[in-house]
Amino acid sequence: MAKEPSIVQIKGIREGLMVSFGDADWEALTSALINQIDERPTFYQSARMALDVGSHALHVAELASFRDILSEHGITLWAVLSGSSTTEQTAQNLGLATRISKPKPVETIEAAEAIPDDKALWIQHTLRSGTRIEFSGNVVVFGDVNPGAEIVAGGSVLVWGRLRGFVHAGAEGNEEAVVGALEFSPMQLRIAGKIAVSPKKNSKGNVEIAKWKDGNLIAEPWKSG
Amino acid sequence: MTAKVATVTSGKGGVGKTTAVANIAVGLASLGQRVVCIDGDIGLRNLDVVLGLENRIVYDLVDVVEGRCRLRQAMIRDKRLPELYLIPASQTRDKSAVSPSDMVRLCDDLRQECDWILIDSPAGIERGFRNSIAAANLVLVMTNPEVSAVRDADRVIGLLDAEEKGPVHLVINRIKPSMVKRGDMLSVEDVLDLLAIHLIGIVPDDENVIVASNRGTPLAFDNKSKAGMAFHNIARRLMGEDVPFVDVENQGFLQRLFSGRK
Ligand SMILES: Nc1ncnc2c1ncn2[C@@H]1O[C@H](COP(=O)(O)OP(=O)(O)OP(=O)(O)O)[C@@H](O)[C@H]1O
Ligand SMILES: [Mg+2]
Repeated sequence: MAKEPSIVQIKGIREGLMVSFGDADWEALTSALINQIDERPTFYQSARMALDVGSHALHVAELASFRDILSEHGITLWAVLSGSSTTEQTAQNLGLATRISKPKPVETIEAAEAIPDDKALWIQHTLRSGTRIEFSGNVVVFGDVNPGAEIVAGGSVLVWGRLRGFVHAGAEGNEEAVVGALEFSPMQLRIAGKIAVSPKKNSKGNVEIAKWKDGNLIAEPWKSG
Repeated sequence: MTAKVATVTSGKGGVGKTTAVANIAVGLASLGQRVVCIDGDIGLRNLDVVLGLENRIVYDLVDVVEGRCRLRQAMIRDKRLPELYLIPASQTRDKSAVSPSDMVRLCDDLRQECDWILIDSPAGIERGFRNSIAAANLVLVMTNPEVSAVRDADRVIGLLDAEEKGPVHLVINRIKPSMVKRGDMLSVEDVLDLLAIHLIGIVPDDENVIVASNRGTPLAFDNKSKAGMAFHNIARRLMGEDVPFVDVENQGFLQRLFSGRK
């Protein structure tokens, strides 16, 4: 039987299996994949799978139920790659990775590229323990960043709420990046290559901004102007 | 009859989920509700022990899911109350014997038969947790007033948000008034400050809880103890009643908290 070009491509990568969906509707793609899995259950048993869904815009219900179906087949979905920002957001909400290898925070200064001012990720909810946000530009959180939550941003991070988690701003080397919060008590703070472990202080109601100054990482009360 | 499915979960183990399911079930059943408890902790079942029904198990959850018995046959009736039932977990199988869609199907079949389905979730955020929340209409997240338990509760609340499961209510278990007063334990206010979700119960630490569980007679059967009352109050709040919080910490604090926040 001649094999027609499959709408589902599967290959092995260092982290497990990489599945790429071609051009078809979501139903067709998912059932094609499940069929393949059913044909070779032992091959797929306890596999870790990354899924490239192309430009499909997926919402929580669709992605979560597909993840559950995969898990019923003994497969752990750990990453979803997509060109759609809706899908990326959904994947992050579900705690899935959205790229295969994490960008290494660069400790050197030279490669610092200016972050275009208009590129910011706007997060409209509290980041709870176990959430990790990675973004190449600036990040604005309208909510709290709880202990156990992490933000890694290429640019600056502003928290309109209480910052009690981990933040790495200027993660690609940008020393101009700043971190600010309405209530400033991060578990740990990094800007570019500098690390500051927060002293246990009660900064209730203190609006503070952290930045590099004369080669040191400092946090100071925010003053306008 | 269309039952509400309420799942009790926590993230961290040992915070009192099983105890809460048994006692809230007794609370709801004493209000005349028809209640079915499901032990979602497959492989480590113990809701049957806490409810004192261990010796009556014939069929379990996995038998129902795999079609070895009818739903009815796996429902053990607690004879101390008119309408309280338990579907026990299997002792010998593991969590992969049941899937989230099995739980949804099972609860859909049960919904016509009762007012409440209470699911006891295993600790953790893996398969057993996913099974337990799959059919939930509401979720009770339990924590103790300890930093690590609160951190895990926060994580679970984040996962529930992401899965759009809710509403989510908080139960704080094992508050020790004397320790809170000395500043050696997180207070209710500290926990709420971080988790920022609706509070549905505060249960004091009480060694009678342990004695009662060992006997297989949940403390809520006895109306005099403070911890038993706290579980009855959770049941009444689930029924939509506006029950004031018993002040387990110190006089006047909760008064302030709840009048201040409304
Ligand atoms: N309010 C309380 N006061 C005193 N002891 C309590 C209280 N609540 C629970 N306990 C005790 O704590 C222990 C753990 O409780 P339980 O088994 O209900 O926790 P669990 O969350 O179901 O644990 P697991 O995660 O292992 O399923 C038991 O010995 C129980 O009797
Ligand atoms: Mg338990």
